Amino acid sequence: MNALEVRGLAFAYPDGLQALFGVNLTISRGERVALLGPNGAGKTTLALHLNGVLPAGAGSVHVGVLELNRANLKEIRRRVAIVFQDPDDQLFMPTVREDVAFGPANLGIRGAELDARIHDALAAVGMTEHAHRPPHHLSYGQRRRVAVATVLAMEPEILVMDEPTSNLDPAAKRELADILQSLDLTMLMVTHDMPYALELCERAVVMNRGTITADGPTHQILADEPLMRANRLELPYGFDPSFSR
Amino acid sequence: MVLTPREAFWAYGLYAAIIVALTLGARVPLLTLIRRLAVEAPFLIFVVGLPFLARGERIDVVGLSLSVEGLWGAWNIFVKATLGAATMMLLASTTPITSILQGFQKLRVPSVIVAIAGFMIRYMDVIASEMRRMKVGRQSRGYEPRVLWQARALASSAGTLFIRSYERGERVHLAMMSRGYAGAMPELDVVEASAEDWFTAFLIPAVAAMTCAAAWL
Repeated sequence: MNALEVRGLAFAYPDGLQALFGVNLTISRGERVALLGPNGAGKTTLALHLNGVLPAGAGSVHVGVLELNRANLKEIRRRVAIVFQDPDDQLFMPTVREDVAFGPANLGIRGAELDARIHDALAAVGMTEHAHRPPHHLSYGQRRRVAVATVLAMEPEILVMDEPTSNLDPAAKRELADILQSLDLTMLMVTHDMPYALELCERAVVMNRGTITADGPTHQILADEPLMRANRLELPYGFDPSFSR
Repeated sequence: MVLTPREAFWAYGLYAAIIVALTLGARVPLLTLIRRLAVEAPFLIFVVGLPFLARGERIDVVGLSLSVEGLWGAWNIFVKATLGAATMMLLASTTPITSILQGFQKLRVPSVIVAIAGFMIRYMDVIASEMRRMKVGRQSRGYEPRVLWQARALASSAGTLFIRSYERGERVHLAMMSRGYAGAMPELDVVEASAEDWFTAFLIPAVAAMTCAAAWL
């Protein structure tokens, strides 16, 4: 069963910059996929198409059996959750609790059901006791975790994350990894962090200049030196991708 | 309070007494409140000028010729501004900002206004720290503006800051749409106020309103 199917997706920004040149990508239910590639490859642009925030110039996006179009935009946005790179962009309400409530409340959920959603989402990321604090009083790692909670509260099927480890210290990265491992969700993770991709994702997709240039098991992709070099990708010094498998 | 005739000194005394009593009751140190009132100072400079600048009948006070009308005007502005500011400080130092926003919502302030106020409070820190980083960036490259005509770089920084804030606004909007935002903020956690709450909330304004009415009689 496919969770996500992208076919021939092309997109140009209003200023004329062509960011995607016919992207094809299929992700099965329950898969965790890393999306690798240099800056400007179109990774974030692709992510923003998956819930219809950016309108495709050509091609199609299917979430499950549902085709993304104007009529089911709301349902697609419930099913495909995006965690943005900067938690300050994602957390815009006065308190953590209100921020987590924002998504489900837009779906029309109120009362006890809403409270349960908020509680479950905050518990999943270990932030229950911070519910009434304003987001700007939290540490960066905590804000990232709350950002994940804000989309978990919508009970999505697919979790799309844009550089989830950026600006996190090693301990916060570890805590986030544990949380992500505990979630039973299909995941697409845009990242420059190769060890993180190897640890969390069995499959990796490489993007360069607006197209997908490689797709395979993460440890194979990372070990393929010519492929990595051709796509401006590098492993951290001393890191051996064959180590963990 | 604003409507109270300026000649009714006793009414202002009563207002001040109410504020002091509330401050003590709320266990806010009086000194803290007075110190915070310093924000009012720049506005009072104008008031100091009034007795000298206003026209009309003049009166000699310790050798200075002052306008009677100006003195009254200055007193009027001074006392109303100070008492008003003290009331706001008292509210701000006893009530969390989120409760104040919820209160606005409860009082049927348009939700767009409440949302804008909420965003402003949420992003004040973010923008201030962005400003700090830009300042550090300027200083790291040896820029230490002291004289006014060196303000050029400051002006261009302000432009950059505006662009950055604008772009952040766009990203926030994308994040909002991603979570199903369709043009209206959802009403959340509206705390139900009991009749008793309403009574307590209206008690002080009612006393103040009665004072004002009595001052006119």
